[in-house]
Amino acid sequence: MKTVAVVGASLAGLSAARSLREQGYDGRLVLIGDEPHRPYDRPPLSKEFLAGEIDEDALALEAEGEDLAAVWELGARAVGLDTGSRAEHHVRLADGRSVRAHGIVIATGAAPRTLPGSGGLDGVHVLRSLDDARALRADLARGGRLVVVGAGFIGAEVASTARRLGLDVTVVEAAPTPLAGPLGREMGSLVSRLHADHGVRLLCGTGVRALAGRGRVEAVLLGDGRRLAADTVVVGVGARPCTDWLAGSGLDLADGVRCDAAGRTNVPGVVAVGDCAAWYEPAIGAHRRVEHWTGARERPAAAVAALLCGGRGVPQAPRPPYFWSDQYGTRIQFAGHCAHADSVTVEEGAAADRSFLAVYRSAGRPVAVLGLDPPRPFTRWRRRLAGAGSRTTG
Amino acid sequence: MKIPVCRLADLPRGEACRLDSDPPIAVFHTEDGEVYAIDDTCTHQDASLSDGWLEGCEVECPLHASKFDLRTGAVDSPPAKRPVRTHQVLVEEGTVYVLPQDAPTGLPRQPPGAAVHRVEGRA
Ligand SMILES: Cc1cc2nc3c(=O)[nH]c(=O)nc-3n(C[C@H](O)[C@H](O)[C@H](O)COP(=O)(O)OP(=O)(O)OC[C@H]3O[C@@H](n4cnc5c(N)ncnc54)[C@H](O)[C@@H]3O)c2cc1C
Ligand code: FES
Repeated sequence: MKTVAVVGASLAGLSAARSLREQGYDGRLVLIGDEPHRPYDRPPLSKEFLAGEIDEDALALEAEGEDLAAVWELGARAVGLDTGSRAEHHVRLADGRSVRAHGIVIATGAAPRTLPGSGGLDGVHVLRSLDDARALRADLARGGRLVVVGAGFIGAEVASTARRLGLDVTVVEAAPTPLAGPLGREMGSLVSRLHADHGVRLLCGTGVRALAGRGRVEAVLLGDGRRLAADTVVVGVGARPCTDWLAGSGLDLADGVRCDAAGRTNVPGVVAVGDCAAWYEPAIGAHRRVEHWTGARERPAAAVAALLCGGRGVPQAPRPPYFWSDQYGTRIQFAGHCAHADSVTVEEGAAADRSFLAVYRSAGRPVAVLGLDPPRPFTRWRRRLAGAGSRTTG
Repeated sequence: MKIPVCRLADLPRGEACRLDSDPPIAVFHTEDGEVYAIDDTCTHQDASLSDGWLEGCEVECPLHASKFDLRTGAVDSPPAKRPVRTHQVLVEEGTVYVLPQDAPTGLPRQPPGAAVHRVEGRA
């Protein structure tokens, strides 16, 4: 393989580039990213960076002096992928150029969903990029009333940070229970009590009908007729995979780039990693997009191994998905898959103290674990899950 | 300064404990029976490495999965970027002691391998 192009120059793309070099690939390496910035870390954008506790330099993902001997194409958007011939692919760029490569790593991540009709109003934000975070930080500094639409992890973290900065915060969630998808109903409702504990209003079961304002947002109009006055609005209603540019490439695109359990797509020589990729998860027997930092950091090693060995080897199965979130000074950690769990029990600590460890089981077998605060029991359980997973898949 | 940590027999292989010194120090007993000491606080954020995932001679931070080499303090990948300090460990008469190094946290570490010296004791 003479040239590998990595499309998307963030955590998953950088991790893939590193893995390529670590695994002995010494050919030409091209990293293509549409943002002008070098790879930076997103989790602090809703936490320390938004709070003004750390600056942009602290977000850098590359080590000082790190040199991957790569060609960096930053500020360059990929608009198409031609996979016509088996051995060679072409990444078409927005400026008309094209990058020829024998191996392709797709790492274009995800983009925030927006509310229809919310464009054009000042004071309305989404949060994904450094530029988004800069703009939101400036608006939060004005103080006043913040309405967060969506009580998922990003919405909850923004609410928590804004509260700490002294704003008056309301969170609106269309579903009856926040976080029911990632944590299940019971634990989702338990975790979202953190809002009330810290003086943030949480309104569930009502959608947003419209945003009102002239020039700048003034209010959020709810489906049930209520009107919430707002100086700033953050829309945190999930993200969709950035795969539009792959239309017509022959890749299987359902919810994200469909891959096997090692990141291989249906086109030889093309792998996909990070938030844009839906890997097959043996543990649940289905494809799933895992939109978390640790997956974007760890899984590229397996995908790169699969790419370099031409699909012959069987890379090590990845660990169960893991994520953390920091809200109101509480550390939330989760590992595994809870979609098919039939029970969840608090095994250490107490739910009422917001300091506990809960285990999800399916037919008696542990499938996921949730920890609020003490990390040690959580690490122990996470290990147990990883061990159980590799036994059943290998 | 030689600080007693615990009886070696009370620290099973694969386990770690935290010494509430200033700054706190994490002491690890590896599956191979070695004992190492490093700064307990991750250089990324405020996680306690003694809560982490011990594998061979490496500990993975319990929060964001950077791995630190117990022998050198070196870190393998982001988000942490700086090494942790390593401290000398002595096992005498079945008791584990740590000899904290004086270099301030965050200063360049000593050459690999120089920091940790294990003295065989009767466990
Ligand atoms: C505010 C925030 C807080 C978060 N907090 C946590 C947390 O606490 N814990 C946790 O586990 N996870 C967290 N995450 C999730 C984590 O950051 C993501 O899972 C991770 O960034 C995914 O990495 P990625 O490289 O796959 O995608 P991304 O980081 O989205 O990177 C994709 C890159 O590709 C670029 N790109 C897109 N399309 C193109 C194109 N056509 N051509 C060229 N380039 C393109 C994008 O601009 C972007 O730079 C958070 C995310 C955000 C936004
Ligand atoms: S706190 Fe250790 S890696 Fe982040």
